[in-house]
Parts: sequence; C-alpha cells; structure tokens
Amino acid sequence: MDSVGRTIPKRFLSLVLLFLALILFAAAPRYASPYHIIQLTSIFMYIVLTVSWAVFSGPTQYMSLASAAFFGIGIYISAILGKVLFLPVVIGLGGLISFLLALLVGLSSLRLRGMYFTIFTFGLSELIRHFVLWWEVNETGTVGRWVVGVNPKVVYYVMLIIVLMTLAAAYIIKRSKFGLALRSIGESEEAADHIGINVNAVKIITFAISTFFMGAAGAIMATRWTYIDPSIAFNPLFSFMPVLMAIFGGIGHIYGQILGAAVLTLLADVLLTKFPYYYMLLYGIILVSVIVFLPQGVIGLEGKVKGLWKGELAK
Amino acid sequence: MRILEGEGVKKYFGGLAAVAHVDFYINQGEIVGLIGPNGAGKTTLFNLISGSLAPTSGIIRFKDENITGLKPHQICKRGMARTFQLVKLFGEMTVLENTLLGFLFGTGTVVSNSKAKRESLELLEFVGLSAMKKVLGKELTIANQKRLEVARALATKPELLLLDEVMAGLNPTEIAQGTELIRKIRDKGITIFMIEHVMKAIMDISDRIIVLHYGEKIAEGTPEEIAENRAVIEVYLGT
Repeated sequence: MDSVGRTIPKRFLSLVLLFLALILFAAAPRYASPYHIIQLTSIFMYIVLTVSWAVFSGPTQYMSLASAAFFGIGIYISAILGKVLFLPVVIGLGGLISFLLALLVGLSSLRLRGMYFTIFTFGLSELIRHFVLWWEVNETGTVGRWVVGVNPKVVYYVMLIIVLMTLAAAYIIKRSKFGLALRSIGESEEAADHIGINVNAVKIITFAISTFFMGAAGAIMATRWTYIDPSIAFNPLFSFMPVLMAIFGGIGHIYGQILGAAVLTLLADVLLTKFPYYYMLLYGIILVSVIVFLPQGVIGLEGKVKGLWKGELAK
Repeated sequence: MRILEGEGVKKYFGGLAAVAHVDFYINQGEIVGLIGPNGAGKTTLFNLISGSLAPTSGIIRFKDENITGLKPHQICKRGMARTFQLVKLFGEMTVLENTLLGFLFGTGTVVSNSKAKRESLELLEFVGLSAMKKVLGKELTIANQKRLEVARALATKPELLLLDEVMAGLNPTEIAQGTELIRKIRDKGITIFMIEHVMKAIMDISDRIIVLHYGEKIAEGTPEEIAENRAVIEVYLGT
C-alpha cells in the first residue's frame, strides 16, 4: 500500500524483468549445455516446492512438513499411469490427486495448531511412504518401478510452465483478499473468525491448492529420474528443503522464496562438486550464518544495504 | 423489539458452572452494561453469544433466529461483532488492512476492494484513526489499539456490538473519549452490550445494567436501581 508514485514504476520494472527472464529461460535449451538444463530443471522444481509451500505456510505460520507426501504422490501417479496416459494428463492427475488428498488431510488436521500440526504432517508423509512400501511388497511383489523417460528438454519446458503457474497462483492469492485473510489467520485465528472469515475453509482450500503444484512437479520429475521407489519419491528432504529455502531467501516475499530455492540448489551443486568431503559442513555453516545474521533471509540484505547507504542502521 | 435474547443459558467447565441458567434480553438501540466481580462469567457469556463457545444448554436468539451452535464467522455475517478483553489485533498489518478485512469478509455480502477501501477510510475518520492508517497495529498506543479493534468490529457492519472491557487500562481522558465514541456508535443505530469494570463509564452510559455473580444473574435494572440494589452492594462491598 505504498504511494502510487513509487509502486507503479516498481511493478512495471518487475514485469519487464519477469518478461526478460521468461524469454531467456524459454531460449535456454538452444544455447545451454544439457548439464545446465538439468540443473535449471532442479532449480525450477525447488522453486515450485518452496513457493507453493510458502503460499500456505508463510502467512498462516502453520509449518507443514508434508510437501514430500504430495510431491511423492505426483511421482507415483506418473510411474503408474505414465505408460498408459498422455503426459499432460498424467501431470494434471498428479496435481489433482494431491489436491484431493490435501483436502482430506486438511479436514482432519487443521484443528491442530503449532507444533502439533507440524508433527502431524511429518507423520502423514512417513505414513504414506510406508504404506506405499507395504503395498509394493505385499501386492505387487516388487519394490520400486521404472518410469517412462521423457526428453530432458521437454521436462525442462514442462517444469518452466509449472513454475509460471505456481508463481501466478502465489501472486494472485497473496494480492487478493484471501492473502490478507491468511495473514490474519497467522496472527489471531479467533479474531479472524470473529470478523467473518471462515477460517477452516480458507485454510483447507489454500493448503489444497498449494499441493496441486507439488503433485504436478512430482509427476514430471519422475520422468527424468526413470527409476523410483518409496524412499526416493517420499524422501523427507523434499519436506525439509522448501522450508529451509523459504527461510533462507526470505519467507515474506515471493522473490525471496525464489532466490532461496535457486541459491541453495546451486550452492549444493557447487559444494558437492568442488568440496565433496566438506560439502555438508560448508552447507551447514552457510545456512546457520544466514539465519543468524539475516533473520529476514537473503532479501534482508537489501534493507541492510539501504540502511548503510543512508548512513543509518536498518532495524 | 428484542434484538438479542437468551433463555436458560448454561455453560459448564467440567463441574463448574461458569454461566448457570441465565435469561437475558437486549432491546434494539439500547446500551446495556454487564458487570460483576472477576470470575462472574461475563466474558464466558460473551463467548457463548458470539459463538466462541457452545452453551451446555439453553437457547440464544439474535433477531428472532436461533443462533445457538453457530460458528463465530456465521454469527458475524448475521450482524453481530465483538471486541476482546485482551486486544486481538492483527499487529503485523496496517490499521487500514485491519478494517479492510472486516469489510471484505464480515458484512455477509460481496464487497469490492475499492468500496472496502473507501468505507474503511470513512470508518477510520469516524473513530479518529485516519492519520494512522498506514501504521502497523502493534505500533499503536493501547487506547488506539482498542479504538482500532472497535473499528474493525464496526467494519463488519454489525447491528449489535459486544464490547469486552474497552475502557480497561485507559486514563481518565481516554475513558471520556471512549464513552463519547460509544455514544456516537449508538447514535448510528447500533445496539451495544458491554462488559465494563470502570463504574463511572458504565453508570454514565448504560440504559440498563445486568449484574452477574458466580454465573448467575443477581440483578437487572437502570443504573440508579443497580446502584441501590442490596444484592449488588453486598457482592461488591461485602457485608
């Protein structure tokens, strides 16, 4: 709610930047090496997971650790139906089934608050992983399965489209009255309820929408990995990483979340290749330093630099 | 006409009757005070009326509709709003955003963003906070936080406003201003039911007072009648 004079050029600038970035990314497969395309695909995947996680968990402060569950469901849908259905249908179904499951989870869990909600979602994720494992052992007789492979460039473009859809959804929700309602829920659910906000409906629907993109991303990523099993598909890391990335970049802003996902994905790649022995150590040090010195995430730097520029310390 | 009516309203917490079989009514356009010592069940009664809690038994009617068991957001959309004893503002939001939410979600009709903004600005003018529209809720003084909470409740366009100790913690000047604001709200045609410990304020402003003690209604009447009521004097001063 800044003054008109400031916001219009700023919004215009970010639109131009977005457009340029879009052209750049759309053209990338023509120029970039296959390695970089795969790396960009990973970054896109983490952007989808991080931004969609933050759509719900950011403003409401309900920390979900179930991203892996919805991502993994997308992966399994792709593995099971990839052989019989068209790719876009498979991806749509991956999102849709995640969405429906999230509605059920929401109905049963959103009465839980704070830590209890977090533990519930983590437990749910693990439960699904073990259920799928049990099902494979007892019903199909084999653990893990092959996924129909897809050209890496196609994976790249599909992921780019899912990124754009996720960003558009996140932006629209944030700017709408529901974005305001989600923030009010994060501050005081009781007060939100008393000014006419159907707190449970807003929470459950937003949560479900956010998982649609996780499921869709899982469905397309599976085709790149070609082999999956429950411990790959439902790896708890897919639940933890989005949280870290959002906090690392700056949970309050979409561009902070994007930055966090991009920087941490690249950082992991660089550290793993250059310092294979000290990878985890360095990674940990960097994470801890950012959280200690930049509690608002990397985008907090902007404020600090501006503060120094004006000759005063930013708060 | 009775805008709010309770029949045999009861609320048990375990074996303890926080509200024990209370009958009450509020007429349209009245200012009714609700007083009683600490722990008398005043806030619990408000929680039952606003839907925060479901009564153990009894019926609450609002505008001749049985609202017992409805959720707070449903009751709010039917035209009832409240404030809280401990202020529950959205502290990380601006003053304007606080009232916007009320207009956008609480009125029971679809309101466009521009209309909500226009009405919010008018409302902030009305309560005297328009100079602070861009300030974060948490940065306001206590008196202004209470004012904003009243404004946020008014944004939902209530016909009945429940005020839970809006004067608590204010200095005499602020209490006088608060009293003035409550009169102005009543003059807009909004019925007011208020809990208050500041006796001067409640005696000045109320048309009628209800006294609770240990969850039971022990007296009801005009401020003059209440001031002379033996049961009330015993409760407040001891025998």
